[in-house]
Amino acid sequence: MPLRGAFACAAVLLFTSALAVAGESDPQDFTQIKKGQYLAILADCGSCHTLPGHRRFAGGLPIETPFGNIVAPNITPDPETGVGAWSDDEFDAAVRRGIRRDGALLYPAMPFNAYTKMTREEVLAIRAYLNTVEPVHHAVVANTLPFPFNIRIAMRVWDALYFTEGVYKPDPAKSAEWNRGAYLVSGPAHCGACHTPKTLLGGDKAAQYLQGSKIQGWFAPDITGDKARGIGNWSVAEIAAYLKGGHNQVAAATGPMADAVSLSTSQWKDSDLNSIAVYLKSVPGRQDTATPLSAGDPVMTAGAAIYRDTCSACHMLDGRGTAELFPSLAASSNVRSDDPASLIRVVLRGARSVATATEPTSPGMPSYGWQLNDAQVAAVLTYIRNAWGAAAPAVSAQDVTRERSQLASRPD
Amino acid sequence: MARRLPKKDVVIIGLGWTGSIMAHELTDEGLDVVAIERGPWRDAPTDFPTSYMQDELRYRIRHELFLRPDQLTFTFRNKIDQTALPIRSWGAFMPPNGVGGGGVHWNAETWRFLPSDFVVRTHLTERYGASFLPDDMTIQDWGVTYADMEPYYDQFEYLCGTSGTAGNVKGQIQEGGNPFEGPRARPYPTPAQAQPFGATLFAKAARELGYKPFPQPSGNLSKPYVNPLGLRMGQCTYCGFCEWFGCGNYSKASPQTTILPVLIRKSNFSLRDNSEVVRINTDASGKRATGVTFVDSSLQEWEQPADLVILSAYSMFNVQLLLHSKISQPYDPVANTGVVGRNFTHQTISSVNGFFDNKKFNFNPFIASGSIGMCIDEFNGDNFDHGPHGFVGGAYMGQVQTGGRPIETTVVPPGTPKWGAKWKTAVRDNYLSTVKPGTGVHGSFYSYRDVYLDLDPTYTDRFSRPLMRMTIDLHDNEIKQNRFMTDKFAEIIKAMGANVVDKQYRTAPYDITTYQTTHLNGGVIMGADPKTSVVNRYLQNWDVSNLFVLGASAFPQNAGYNPTGTVGALAFWAAEAIRSQYLKHPGPLVDA
Repeated sequence: MPLRGAFACAAVLLFTSALAVAGESDPQDFTQIKKGQYLAILADCGSCHTLPGHRRFAGGLPIETPFGNIVAPNITPDPETGVGAWSDDEFDAAVRRGIRRDGALLYPAMPFNAYTKMTREEVLAIRAYLNTVEPVHHAVVANTLPFPFNIRIAMRVWDALYFTEGVYKPDPAKSAEWNRGAYLVSGPAHCGACHTPKTLLGGDKAAQYLQGSKIQGWFAPDITGDKARGIGNWSVAEIAAYLKGGHNQVAAATGPMADAVSLSTSQWKDSDLNSIAVYLKSVPGRQDTATPLSAGDPVMTAGAAIYRDTCSACHMLDGRGTAELFPSLAASSNVRSDDPASLIRVVLRGARSVATATEPTSPGMPSYGWQLNDAQVAAVLTYIRNAWGAAAPAVSAQDVTRERSQLASRPD
Repeated sequence: MARRLPKKDVVIIGLGWTGSIMAHELTDEGLDVVAIERGPWRDAPTDFPTSYMQDELRYRIRHELFLRPDQLTFTFRNKIDQTALPIRSWGAFMPPNGVGGGGVHWNAETWRFLPSDFVVRTHLTERYGASFLPDDMTIQDWGVTYADMEPYYDQFEYLCGTSGTAGNVKGQIQEGGNPFEGPRARPYPTPAQAQPFGATLFAKAARELGYKPFPQPSGNLSKPYVNPLGLRMGQCTYCGFCEWFGCGNYSKASPQTTILPVLIRKSNFSLRDNSEVVRINTDASGKRATGVTFVDSSLQEWEQPADLVILSAYSMFNVQLLLHSKISQPYDPVANTGVVGRNFTHQTISSVNGFFDNKKFNFNPFIASGSIGMCIDEFNGDNFDHGPHGFVGGAYMGQVQTGGRPIETTVVPPGTPKWGAKWKTAVRDNYLSTVKPGTGVHGSFYSYRDVYLDLDPTYTDRFSRPLMRMTIDLHDNEIKQNRFMTDKFAEIIKAMGANVVDKQYRTAPYDITTYQTTHLNGGVIMGADPKTSVVNRYLQNWDVSNLFVLGASAFPQNAGYNPTGTVGALAFWAAEAIRSQYLKHPGPLVDA
């Protein structure tokens, strides 16, 4: 297969070089193209720029933001509807500075504030790789935001507030591994795009870097070294295993993270997975602690009974589940997130975990939305957040009612 | 007019246990494989969710997972001189439907046959003389031996993660296991399931009577397991909803939990569900299959050409498809010619309910799995001297109660009214203190000249094809066998301390209305001689060498065990023959 792949690759290259479009890169520079291919995986370009089931990088996927949907454009080398006619400078400006070919400013759904940590050489390698994919003629209307957010000029203010241009600067006091991890997290992997809390204008709250944020009806959890709410209790190997296979002793990737694992992190080099793990464990988390509800609280009593009836067959009475199969609620910091959106969603809707080459099982949890009412969902979630020695604020029936009504309009 | 699809290397008819195993093996070989499945796609967490799967009315009583008789059924009669009538509601057996097939709704009892079972005619003739066997009994050797099968039994058990206690490892008898089993290369992949009180009490009573009880080998796992494909299974929770139900708990071995998540990731595998294969096509010579014709859910006919055809539907449908495709000679019991439909068998099942003092005994019967239970094998196969008893064959027996479900587990002592206040009182008084070993005596069913399958002369299906006709009755040998076994079993139930022992012998005529097992076998049997078998020892059709027929349809007769272990082993065995022999030199693997 690798051989066949190389031939196919070469055939496409000959085709594109004959057209003499798509920037100045050498279509025979396989070292650069391979490097760009890996960077495109690290940066997870395909996740947004590919409509599932359609042709790769041809755009068309609506990216949900708090301000409305932005549709990811076509980044195949098609000269009319893709980026084939762009110069290298134009491509680099879009990726690293958020400046569109016509000079307009991109919305930060395109994570240029992270991609700016990459070098020009790296971005041009991505470009060289994109030049090898099949050009698709597919016009995409990117901006579907309502007024006033559709006024791109407003992005000048946003950029001034939240965008710092510049490549990643290594910290000489830290190890090469840590620096590689810091570069990946803050740069191409753009973890903060989902995991860092946002201001009302959609900018990063820098002081709460990677401490968890609500996105697309999910709560992207705290991934700092916080032992209570972050992943401070995971070993480097456990973090790497989660990113590689989508599953580890504690957790399973579902929702948007399932896509991130499937399309990006499962294809990373092991050394990069280790680097990111080393770095994340060093990111400081919150300092405050929650007080556990007393076991005698009536909500805890009700929650414990529902848990025993409904959840314990898979997650076990001790909350520890089965490694890599049924998540450990007892050890899961995600369960203790301040915002219970993901928890409520999983109970109401059920969830399917990601399938990967190393962990193909892809176990799923059934929906309980038809079986448990809002107060019962709240009680069982309050219970799992405060059982087994853990502590987190109670979930109220109103929280569940609100999520249930918001979920009604969402696809699975 | 059939539309023609692009040719594939392999077409697989039916994606149950054997189809899934073969699809996995042949895609690993690099072949382009398409499976065509009559029923729907089914997936563990979404189709068998733990939140509502424990619904006895929906799944057991209303047959949710099974084929609908209005889509396809069989006609049935006991005797050759009777007129067969169509089955309009499933009773004695439950034809599966959909991806996973019977592997979805089985109890997961995962047995190996005895070494003597594979050479049964030779063995019994040598031990008792040819005249000991009834004249019309048509049992025959399989053409393979236990030693041939052992590595493939092992492969299937390690695929499933089977929980059990080995009785014989490389010839060394193991304490606590079945001392009668053939030698196995290594222990079971996971230890036996912990046993509930009823089974423990049975084992104690059996031990005191001099038997060697052992835990039933179980595809409901005692602990988490990762199979060789990298698929993970969880620990059984003893919910007691296995047979008739799918398991969304990832603890029952099924194609869904052990193969399919890996298979569907392969780019050289594809599936067409809700598509019924109506015919295997052959070329003008009739010696080569060219592919299959199937009908989709909008009744459009399609032709799927392929180099290799794998027939891996439920046993009955394997027979039927060969008859409809006019492949190999249909069996005629009068002239005693032909092979397709010959040596059709079932299982000889009976039970003994034990009613105990409810102030002293509480069995909590709802704590169960489909293959829970302690068993004895002293009376199986030819593990004992049949000389004085005047029958052949045998049974394993055990307290294998698979659940305490609300509708069917309402056993009451003999003489209780069938409804009303007294019945309700009796149900309440006995529910917790009764043992109801569903298939307590699980016996062999040997083959006979007048038990067979052919095409019905009167009734047709929705495509105007003749329905298949079952002609089946119990013979004296099986009735004698069952009376002996049931009495032996009742002695153990009595020794457990039961006040009332209710023996329910299996009697003639064969009854199509009450459930026994779905273990219908034979009709496309394997063997060494094309005059008495349809497929050779590699399950390759004697006449059409690019057609292999998998499943229990290959059994020349049925042994005293549940068939799935042997069905799975035979699928791996056939897959290995295709990979290592057939693909290198396509053509007959055994000279006729």
